[in-house]
Amino acid sequence: MHVIEDGNTAAAFGVRLCRPQVIAAYPITPQTPVTERLSEYVEEGSLKAEYIPVESEHSALAVCIAASSAGSRVFTATSANGLLYMHEQVQWAAGARLPIVMCVVNRAVGAPWNIWNDQQDSISQRDTGWIQLYCADHQQIIDAVIKAYWLAEKVSIPVMVCYDGYILSHTFMPFELPEQKKVDEFLPPFQAEYALDPNFPANLNTVTLPDVRYDTRGELAHGYMEIRCLLQEDLRKALGAASEGEKMFAQIFHRGGDPYIEPYRCDDAEYVAVGLGSLTYQLRVCVDTLRKEGVKIGVMGVKFYRPFPDEVIAAALKGKKGVIVFEKALSYGYEGALASDLKAALYSHLSGTGKMPPVFNFIAGIGGREIHTKDLTGALQSVVKGGAAGEPAWIGLKL
Amino acid sequence: MGTRNYRRKTSHSEHGPGDGGRTGSWRVERPVIDQSLCIPCRRNKEACFICWLYCPEIVISRTIPPVVNLEYCKGCGICAEECPTKAIKMVDEANFAQDKKKRE
Repeated sequence: MHVIEDGNTAAAFGVRLCRPQVIAAYPITPQTPVTERLSEYVEEGSLKAEYIPVESEHSALAVCIAASSAGSRVFTATSANGLLYMHEQVQWAAGARLPIVMCVVNRAVGAPWNIWNDQQDSISQRDTGWIQLYCADHQQIIDAVIKAYWLAEKVSIPVMVCYDGYILSHTFMPFELPEQKKVDEFLPPFQAEYALDPNFPANLNTVTLPDVRYDTRGELAHGYMEIRCLLQEDLRKALGAASEGEKMFAQIFHRGGDPYIEPYRCDDAEYVAVGLGSLTYQLRVCVDTLRKEGVKIGVMGVKFYRPFPDEVIAAALKGKKGVIVFEKALSYGYEGALASDLKAALYSHLSGTGKMPPVFNFIAGIGGREIHTKDLTGALQSVVKGGAAGEPAWIGLKL
Repeated sequence: MGTRNYRRKTSHSEHGPGDGGRTGSWRVERPVIDQSLCIPCRRNKEACFICWLYCPEIVISRTIPPVVNLEYCKGCGICAEECPTKAIKMVDEANFAQDKKKRE
């Protein structure tokens, strides 16, 4: 069924289709409508879940961690400072290997206070051990939520579904609403590998010593380092699992195909613009404009940011004359995090081949600063004309 | 010896003594019960047991007299704080170390 709704409602529709059993969230702009929709669904009975209103984001994720440990499928959503407030629990959820799905509606973080869109919030959570997906339109939001549950439960790692505040969350767009029957086929009920049971008490994630030790059964149990290494190994394996999930999804819903990247006019391109989220769709307009002028240019959206699909990205950018990374976030003190990750991937896979493209970094739209398409086009033109790669350049800065 | 084939990928432990190691070695002060003040000892009745109830490590027995399992008692002193007759005193572990030396 085709519907026209806003991005937050697309997310809420996706969540309802996945039949979560426990939802705990604390409202924060621009995420609020997601939680409002879900509470309405629970109230009207169209979603049979326990909706737990909490006093903070830290508690929201703590509730999800507990409910997930007890074997429930759970959901939460947040933005900006709310995400930062739950940061401790974010790390915990990953270490505890709980398949939680959380929507992050991207917004700038304070100080100074700002409620508009950029991606500093979720980018700052890059190293927490969560899988991070970035969406460029409403169809991707609803599909990503459904795929997120499948992937999270497959690899026992939590997933963040990130989409731009306002630009996606509050704008209306048509999208295909999947049938419940098909979603049930794709996503069977959650079967936890281990669920808390009052009849068999256990301690979860208690103090772990620096070295391995014998547990109360006399079995050799992991030390902290082993547990963390297994998380890293399984995150890397999640790349393969995502591909498997995407294939299954495409068979059932006839959409999708590549879980990692979304290239546009990249096949014969000499220059490729790269970004996360809705910005890459705006860049398509610039690409079309420059193509008319005879510039061989394309744009590639990165949909899967953690674990980083380094091999796929390096292969896609091999031999290009220039890679231009546009970011709505910054690793303060250096450059955009995506630009750094991308350079590392290119270095790992293309070093010494003579096909390693230079990487240019532009910072745009911080704190909701309007990104004019002509400015993006201008930035691309400056690179094509032979700009030198260096410090990240700010677009639309009035300083 | 590795733990790769251990059945779980997280820290998981079931109920049992000493799961966090022999925590008695963490102790700086040891709880010592004065039986002339302890209510169940004086009355020879199952009574009070506030120390047993409050001990966060479940190392005090519900017996007459109450016995502290020193292998796991961390010496937090909550029993001494809660004892209504002040029958429990926290004594510096150094005293016991010296006693041991004298005996040797």
